[in-house]
Amino acid sequence: MKNTQEFGYDSRIEGDVIHTSVDAAINWFRKNSIWPMPMGLACCAIELMATGASRFDISRFGMEVMRFSPRQSDCMIVAGTVTYKMAMAVKRIYDQMAEPKWVIAMGACASTGGMYRSYAVLQGVDNIIPVDVYVAGCPPRPEALLDALMKLQNKVQREPLLATLKKPGPALAKA
Amino acid sequence: MIVKRKPLNLFERLYLPAIIGGFKVTLRHLFKKKVTMQYPEEKWVVPEGYRGAPYLVKDQEGSTKCVSCQLCEFVCPPKAIRIVPPGPDSLTADRPNAEKMPKEFEINMLRCIFCGFCQEVCPEEAIFLQKDYSLTGTSRAEMIYNKEKLLALGGVHAGVQKWKHKAEEAKAQENFPVKV
Repeated sequence: MKNTQEFGYDSRIEGDVIHTSVDAAINWFRKNSIWPMPMGLACCAIELMATGASRFDISRFGMEVMRFSPRQSDCMIVAGTVTYKMAMAVKRIYDQMAEPKWVIAMGACASTGGMYRSYAVLQGVDNIIPVDVYVAGCPPRPEALLDALMKLQNKVQREPLLATLKKPGPALAKA
Repeated sequence: MIVKRKPLNLFERLYLPAIIGGFKVTLRHLFKKKVTMQYPEEKWVVPEGYRGAPYLVKDQEGSTKCVSCQLCEFVCPPKAIRIVPPGPDSLTADRPNAEKMPKEFEINMLRCIFCGFCQEVCPEEAIFLQKDYSLTGTSRAEMIYNKEKLLALGGVHAGVQKWKHKAEEAKAQENFPVKV
């Protein structure tokens, strides 16, 4: 049982030739090839794997290349409880990622600490790294993660690229 | 232990059987039913009893059911709910013949673990876990839902009568361990 709606580009309505700016074009390339860095720390990582699997198929958004090397990835998906012990590693991996980079905090624990109001758990990963999209849920459904990715795509699309080219990224700007 | 590697015979060295075997798998999948759900276009039908986001509901007359007893705030494992009851100076209710009403009612959806304890504990049947399964936001502040937002999202829960379900549940408890 499924509900179906129509979306997307229709050449019959919008024509075959499209004019655009460099900003928009580069952002379009970027947003459709976001390589995620799966920072799977707990049970949310299982849903993250489900998002990558055939039912939800993250590759429809150009994000199937989960890179386990921070040097090759654009978007860190923090999925799971960030303990203080792990926080150092998360921060280091984020710092090792090349600009431009984005972060999705997936699930209650990564976003706010969730039900772990504990001395051992970081109360939200945004205490150490800048987060672009937060996903609620414990764990969130794969659809919720896909929604977050689409939200991130919209954010990437709107980025003034040439204006921010010379500025340091969020990691350097904060220091 | 050393495993001896068997030398390949001519048939195997051609690699053709392996390639054909691979193509057979590809072809089989080509004609199989597609499992991928085209998510934003195709939506999943949420089953009955699914525990989605908790929202406040209104009664048949469209007024707030919550009486700010703060049981849900107390029972909430991640302490995602925050209720400010009306003080002695402020208005207790916004309509006649009403009991107390919360002055403020906030649920931090990023803290919430969708366990359903609030729904279970609520004596007024004012909070229900509904079918929203995808909540995302770009800031933590925007994911804290206030009373107005929760009531708007919850909508009117027609057909729910105060205490009726609780009485039925209590009755069901009497013969719960099935007597043989």
